[in-house]
Amino acid sequence: MQQVASAPPAHPPTHVEEPSTGLNNRKVLMWAFLGSDCMFFGALIVSYLVYRGRWQGHPVPTDVFDIPYTSVSAFALLMSSLAMVLALAAIQRGDIRRLKIWLLTTAGLGLVFIGGQIFEFTTFGHEGLTLGGNTGGTTFFVLTGFHGAHVSLGIAWLLSLFVQAVRGQMAQARSLDVEIAGLYWHFVDIVWIIIFTVVYLIPI
Amino acid sequence: MSAHQPEHAHPGAQQYITIAAILTFITLVEVSVYYIAALRPVLLPVLVVLSAGKFALVVMYYMHLKFDNRLFSGMFLFGLATALFTAIAFIFLFHLLQPRFVT
Repeated sequence: MQQVASAPPAHPPTHVEEPSTGLNNRKVLMWAFLGSDCMFFGALIVSYLVYRGRWQGHPVPTDVFDIPYTSVSAFALLMSSLAMVLALAAIQRGDIRRLKIWLLTTAGLGLVFIGGQIFEFTTFGHEGLTLGGNTGGTTFFVLTGFHGAHVSLGIAWLLSLFVQAVRGQMAQARSLDVEIAGLYWHFVDIVWIIIFTVVYLIPI
Repeated sequence: MSAHQPEHAHPGAQQYITIAAILTFITLVEVSVYYIAALRPVLLPVLVVLSAGKFALVVMYYMHLKFDNRLFSGMFLFGLATALFTAIAFIFLFHLLQPRFVT
């Protein structure tokens, strides 16, 4: 039987971003990640709640909380979400100048939050609340520390987009890149909405 | 097909700012309620409702779940529901069923 050698395709297969669902693969992946990250933070919040009220020794987290101070940093993170959607709206309009302004504003507000968290952690440490001191300190620092790590990663991501915009590499066609970064950024914001209420505001 | 086509148009800048104003107002109410001693007995449900409202506003309008494909909502809500179910189960187990389990 004669074997017919198959000719190579005229165009080699390329990466398909939109499969039969019509949804962008990267956006689907980001939502899958955010769904799994819900479970990650859920586990950390539960760990805090399980031990809450059973802490032994002092100080415990509620002894050292400064609600007005944390409210301000929480507000900064909340407003960074506004700056993020304004950055997205700007690139969707093709307004690269405003994209740069809002990306930098978002990253700046994120830095305000992280700076506030570093100051807060340092103050708590001076007041005796440490990672290994009691289960209150352990669960509190692990929860808020992981959130801070997420925010720091988000800041690096936003700044990388900003640098690309400065170099002229961002255009209206790349609005999805900003949208995906925005999804991540809003997620760290909603996680903090829960942490601020559950950890800081709800009394034991 | 274009690089990305949302199912419905996303909100504009004006709507984003309106949402931010509502979020600011809710945050002010949250912090104010915390300091009102008379509201202590109902503080837990009040704060839960307020933060749930903030959460929903950000997810629906800033993350565009209200406008995007429902598959995204399903993926996110599955993770969220699992986390919520786990939280309720553990609180029930450690605080209500076995209050002395954790020492």
